[in-house]
Amino acid sequence: MTVDIDELAASHNIDLTQIDLDSIHLPPGEDCGILSDDEDLRAEENTEFDPGYSNIIVVDHLPQVPKEKFDKLESVIRKIYSQIGVIKENGFWMPVDPATEKTLGYCFIVYNTPQEAELAKEKTHGYKLDKSHIFAVNLFDEIDKFMKVPDEWAPPEIKPYTPTKNLQHWLTDSKARDQFVIRAGEHTEVLWNDARHMKPDPVYTRRFWTESFVQWSPLGTYLATVHHQGAAVWGGADTFDRIHRYAHPMVKFIDFSPGENFLVTYSSHEPSNPRDTHRVVINIFDVRTGKVRRDFKGSADEFAVGGTGGLTGVNWPIFKWAGGKDDKYFARIGKNVVSVYETETFSLIDKKSIKVENVMDFCWSPTDPILALFVPELGNQPVQVSLYQIPSKVEIRQKNLFSVSDCKMYWQSNGEYLAVKVDRYTKTKKSTYTGFELFRIKERDIPIEVLELENKNDKIIAFSWEPKGHRFAVIHGDNPRPDVSFYSMKTAHHTSRVSKLTTLKSKQANALYWSPSGRYIILAGLKGFNGQLEFFNVDELETMATTEHFMCTDIEWDPTGRYVATAVTSVHEMENGFNIWSFNGKLLYRILKDHFFQFIWRPRPPTLLTPEKEEEIAKNLKRYSKKYEAEDQDVSLLLSEQDREKRKQLKEEWESWVNKWKKYHEEEKLERENLREGEVSDDDEEYEAKEVEYEEVVGVEEEIVDYEQ
Amino acid sequence: MRPILMKGHERPLTFLKYNRDGDLLFSCAKDHDPTVWFSDNGERLGTYRGHNGAVWSCDVSWDSSRLITGSADQTVKLWDVKRGEQLYTYNFDAPARSVEFSVGDKLAVITTDTFMEKTSAIHVKRIAEDIDEQSDESVVVMRGPSGRINRAVWGPLNKTIISCGEDCIIRVWDPVKGQEILSTKGLENGHKKPITSLCLSADKSHFLTGSLDLSAKLWDTRTLTLIKTYVTEQPVNAVTMSPLLDHVVLGGGQAAQSVTTTDHRAGKFEAKFYDKILTGEIGGVKGHFGPINALAFNPDGKSFASGGEDGYVRLHHFDHDYFNIKI
Repeated sequence: MTVDIDELAASHNIDLTQIDLDSIHLPPGEDCGILSDDEDLRAEENTEFDPGYSNIIVVDHLPQVPKEKFDKLESVIRKIYSQIGVIKENGFWMPVDPATEKTLGYCFIVYNTPQEAELAKEKTHGYKLDKSHIFAVNLFDEIDKFMKVPDEWAPPEIKPYTPTKNLQHWLTDSKARDQFVIRAGEHTEVLWNDARHMKPDPVYTRRFWTESFVQWSPLGTYLATVHHQGAAVWGGADTFDRIHRYAHPMVKFIDFSPGENFLVTYSSHEPSNPRDTHRVVINIFDVRTGKVRRDFKGSADEFAVGGTGGLTGVNWPIFKWAGGKDDKYFARIGKNVVSVYETETFSLIDKKSIKVENVMDFCWSPTDPILALFVPELGNQPVQVSLYQIPSKVEIRQKNLFSVSDCKMYWQSNGEYLAVKVDRYTKTKKSTYTGFELFRIKERDIPIEVLELENKNDKIIAFSWEPKGHRFAVIHGDNPRPDVSFYSMKTAHHTSRVSKLTTLKSKQANALYWSPSGRYIILAGLKGFNGQLEFFNVDELETMATTEHFMCTDIEWDPTGRYVATAVTSVHEMENGFNIWSFNGKLLYRILKDHFFQFIWRPRPPTLLTPEKEEEIAKNLKRYSKKYEAEDQDVSLLLSEQDREKRKQLKEEWESWVNKWKKYHEEEKLERENLREGEVSDDDEEYEAKEVEYEEVVGVEEEIVDYEQ
Repeated sequence: MRPILMKGHERPLTFLKYNRDGDLLFSCAKDHDPTVWFSDNGERLGTYRGHNGAVWSCDVSWDSSRLITGSADQTVKLWDVKRGEQLYTYNFDAPARSVEFSVGDKLAVITTDTFMEKTSAIHVKRIAEDIDEQSDESVVVMRGPSGRINRAVWGPLNKTIISCGEDCIIRVWDPVKGQEILSTKGLENGHKKPITSLCLSADKSHFLTGSLDLSAKLWDTRTLTLIKTYVTEQPVNAVTMSPLLDHVVLGGGQAAQSVTTTDHRAGKFEAKFYDKILTGEIGGVKGHFGPINALAFNPDGKSFASGGEDGYVRLHHFDHDYFNIKI
């Protein structure tokens, strides 16, 4: 509605220039039929994204109240439900029976987000308003589902058994190769490492296979991908088929149990009220059935205790699994407690958490149900490092330490030793120095040994146990080129004392990578050292090779310890790709890929051979290796045969081109001469270099020189 | 093979050219003075002063008497090689990029860049024997490719002109009618990124193109069919072919603006040798500390020169071993 103000004013004999427009006030709520300028803007604002009906809940079993009490009841319900989330404007509707003017005993509530609706259902379903009114809360979306419930029970259909593929098929490769997965650009590829042919051999490629990352299960059976809707695992004999999906919207992290029986998924959701903390949802799935075995929900704060979580507050994995194939226990740290669950019932052991004041960090032994806890200093209390036996929850060993700033625990892969790196304050409390407490788990009473470096002030840059071995390596030192030392928990002379094997002075290294079978180690200088690599044999204490993979960011041994992959991922713009090396530092091949994100070897399950059998093989290695040597020979012969064939063909093709060109060239010879005005033959001319003396008078100048005597 | 380092230019090199006898090497750089060197010992013979902008390319006549240079100062100049004097100046309305004499030195093909809303163009100019009769008039002007035309050269018997440039397409033109005859447009195995360089074989039967798509490709001049592809790890700025052996050389490196932020080991400022037929890499010649912008083979095939963003020309005389390389 538009009215020409000037015209209207004139018709009423009002002089607009004389009026102070600001002094006029309309009665509140009255617009006199004049639209505000921003009315259309407001209308636009209201056209919000319609989230469907998933944000609506139906609350049943409310008291049926007459008209007078309607407002009272509404305010009560609103009070309950606005605690959980933000109820939308006009988002509350309690229908009234027009005949009796009484409420019908149910209401609808509309939330801002589906997450809030779900939370409200979860929290208030079964809420007791009073004795006779116990709420029944459902999502509006579920009504359809309930309507479809058949009245009569029908026996569930039994699906015919379909034999699953052999998920371990890759282990039966006749050439005993290993697989790895790489992610570059939008492609995810699984490849064989064909070291004999010095090239990768493709197995399976897929575009947009995952939305954030991929991960092998710990025994290599499955490849897990992460999507908006949840996680999925893939596997099969020759290709990768989807085996299961695990619905978990917005899943961010995943983690397998070590025996790959369970999959833990994690997501964190932004709260609709910015003052609230993030909401965390964790599901534990059975990998084989795809069923949720247990879920944990709560605010991010509850999951952020202990450790040094970032701003979002969680340290992944939140749940740590006890070692071993059985996946019997898993644990999580809480405020002053460590909660240990067992997987038979997915409930707390003895229905109680272990109470430990102020517990900061914990970790499982990789093989046994032993839990190591670290409690920091508090007032007069010393620092405690203690070992608990599960499920008895008995403290089997404890060590008190004084004036400690930080502790880090490192288990040896067989669970035989535990090293605790202890940063202690010096007397002045101004600086720290580092020592190690070494626990011998498998010996009686678990003896503890203290190890201090020769130079106490050395900073520890890296520490690493030899897998399945008795040795460990430490990078220490303050100067830009630190030292690397090797220690052994038992030597021929000292079976129960730690002794130093050697120290390598001033190395360009800041990371340690032991071969999974021990004995060999890579001293790597990543980041600041630009990818220096030193392949070191710890048995012989000698360097096998020093080389470099420039800008290298990631290093991973293959599960057998035969090959090493070094990769430059897309944290750097240039040089993206990976190198494959032999265990002794010989570069086998090199693949460059732009936007390279991930390189992961496919893990292998532990060997089925007994230790005795393994020893026997090691002893008679010559006999066993003969067969493989012959195979290697064959491969190289075959290769060169093919190569020769191909080269020959290429040469022939080239010859045919050249002959054709020669013909043209001959034909055009005369014309070319004409173009050059008769200058004879152009290219085949044999010319001689002659030395010709050539003089030119540049200028003549006379200069008068003073004659002196 | 100990290279001879020739420091004479103050700015990045843009182009290198040997004369027919292979005793002189002409170099162009972003400083304004093309320079001539003895290719045997790297001694500087002289400079050609007169341009007022970066000099992008040059060519020398069959008898090494005249030099033609194209510059960003929107001129192309003819020089007396021996005296270093300017003989003639062609004026354009845009920077001149590539210049080349035809067989017989009667014509020259010149490309000009896109500039101030003018599209890039290929000009053919007549070269008069008597410099007094020289005129500015173009015989023919060809337009069409979008973006810069990085190189235009004469095909066999001056019957065609081959051009390549930023639009990733190689075109063959008829210089009489001024029409496009062939192009790699829509070709699946063509270059995917701007083509930076082009080098004809000595008999003009085939040519090599280098592109920022990390590859170089070998083509048949007459049919424009792809013969070989050489894949490398860096953008290719310059290419050349050995006239003696079946070797091709690629030079490049990452873009000039990112050089300062990367280690010289990462840059791979190497002149890389490939087997022309098997397309396998043979080896590399390191030394430059900036991307390689120009490469040229001595017509005798026994030495080659590379010019870099670092302002150096490196002159390499091959060792005896080079001629016996087997792969």
